Amino acid sequence: MNASATLDSRRFRPGFWTFVAGILFLAFLVVTVIRFSKGLGAVTNLSDKFPWGLWIGFDLLCGVGLAAGAFTLTAVVHLFNLHKFEPIVRPTILTGFLGYSFVIVALLLDLGQPWRIWHAIIYWNPHSVMFEVAWCVMLYTTVLAVEFAPVVLERFGFNAPARLIHRLITPLVILGVMLSTLHQSSLGTLYLIVPSKLHPLWYSPMLPVHFYVSAIGAGIGMVVLESYLSKRAFHRHLEMDLLEPLARGMVVALGIYGLMRMQAIHRNHAFGSILEFGYEGRMFLVEFTLGVLLPVALMSFRRLRSDPNWLVGSAFLAVLGFVMNRLNVSITGMEAASGTRYMPSAMEIIVSVGLVATGMAVFAFAVRNFSIFPGGPVGGAPDPKPGA
Amino acid sequence: MGMGLLFDATRCVGCGACSSACKEQNKLPGPVEEVLTAYTWTTVQPREGLNVRRMCMHCEVPTCASVCPVAALTKTPDGPVVYDAKRCMGCRYCMMACPFEIPKYQWDRPVPIVGKCILCAGRLKEGKQTACAEACAYEATVFGKKEDLVWEARTRLRQKPGEYVNHIYGLTEAGGTSVMAISSVPFDKLGLKTKLPGEPPAMRTWQVLSNIPDFVAVWGVLLYGIHWITARRGEVAHAEAKNSGSENRS
Repeated sequence: MNASATLDSRRFRPGFWTFVAGILFLAFLVVTVIRFSKGLGAVTNLSDKFPWGLWIGFDLLCGVGLAAGAFTLTAVVHLFNLHKFEPIVRPTILTGFLGYSFVIVALLLDLGQPWRIWHAIIYWNPHSVMFEVAWCVMLYTTVLAVEFAPVVLERFGFNAPARLIHRLITPLVILGVMLSTLHQSSLGTLYLIVPSKLHPLWYSPMLPVHFYVSAIGAGIGMVVLESYLSKRAFHRHLEMDLLEPLARGMVVALGIYGLMRMQAIHRNHAFGSILEFGYEGRMFLVEFTLGVLLPVALMSFRRLRSDPNWLVGSAFLAVLGFVMNRLNVSITGMEAASGTRYMPSAMEIIVSVGLVATGMAVFAFAVRNFSIFPGGPVGGAPDPKPGA
Repeated sequence: MGMGLLFDATRCVGCGACSSACKEQNKLPGPVEEVLTAYTWTTVQPREGLNVRRMCMHCEVPTCASVCPVAALTKTPDGPVVYDAKRCMGCRYCMMACPFEIPKYQWDRPVPIVGKCILCAGRLKEGKQTACAEACAYEATVFGKKEDLVWEARTRLRQKPGEYVNHIYGLTEAGGTSVMAISSVPFDKLGLKTKLPGEPPAMRTWQVLSNIPDFVAVWGVLLYGIHWITARRGEVAHAEAKNSGSENRS
């Protein structure tokens, strides 16, 4: 009975969510074909007035930001030597790698001529933040791939190269943390160049630091969330003894970030635009309340931190607030100066959602077939109705 | 300092000869449009009873050139900010960053490039003036060395103080531009951006980017130091635990 159950669950059984992911992936392919045969104008609501939309605001800014759990946790384990967090490092590195792959695929669609993406390697312009971003994407994706490689290598019995990577882990992690620090902040630096366009509720000379610190907060939120989602999907227990201290880290990161944002708004004399309660003011209030005030307030109580429901709820709010912040910087805050309103087209949304679904499907596949979580590949059948 | 253009809104009659000449010179398809597009690099817009030309300002420190990751946009010593379409990968950061909102994109093409005025860089090399300045019969757009144009603009403002707003648009905007404008109506009413910083926006990102080498060195040493200290602490704790278990030999 037991043996047959294991065998049964090992076999690939497409469930409802696999089906949904498949449909979304097909829709994504269709949009890709139209985009490359008819041009960007045929699939997006982008225009000369609004040249960057959802694919930059969500796919790029959030894809990179939410991968921040990887460098945070590798630093905690390998640099601060807090080895008790080791069991949740692999899933965060996998999330980071998938996040960066997601960013690269999105970039291949968003760039006007993606077949020239390698031009950043041969034509240098060190004055360009985008040049820094391009190099960080290339190098950090490589670092994440190498950090994750032992999982794949061990699975197929290549133990010697896996041991070599393991011995080089400290310089590798330091390189990863440095690249992440540069990359997370550089996404904020991108917007330093538009002082006359970005709304004062978001513009600040400190934008690079805002982006970096908020990515650490939301990255930790993502670690909690993915632990929860894999718990639901694979009937695993939630590692509360690890997640509770992580939530404390999230409070500190988001707390510092919240204070810095307040300071920046004060310097811009922009508190008035919150009180006016206009479009930007309302969007800011939602972003800041959901993404900073609530998670910090709730997670300051040990009783709530130790309760899986409150913990996961707060992590979700932090991630949601983070996504809202990046969309507000890249879209809401830029609309007034552009003189137009931007709403992503259905096809833009299909690409973003299709890529997220594909990423989740790949994550689930990896968890079933490789030892991502402690105790080897997860054999259990997926939950019939997971919440996400 | 290079060459430039001076546009005098009080002289422009809105005939559109400049826009047509530009289309012809740069072999741009389609009719002249009311706003700038990838296929209309300059256009004349009626505003407040005047006519105002829209075109690339050719900044002294161009924001577009500073943000381009592949250096497809560059400022030439002659004055023009030129575009090398063969390098461009289409990230559109130039469009995002330009304080004057000038670069436009070919949204309708599967292999798109950016379109913007290049101040007839090819003609300038041959010693000729721009096509638009040559086409202007009213001397509303005049071509010349930038310092001569500034002199000319100052002279006009001084000689007819009542007919002009006392400001040369482009002298300080975004750090100064090779294309300048004078007008009898405040420039914001003509649809030109007036709340621009006097220092080039490129300086704001360069302040961050130029610190990267220092940052990498310090951050790298700090991170390794943290690893060193915590690892050593772990070793000491481990050894002490071992020692207290066995006999104390010291």
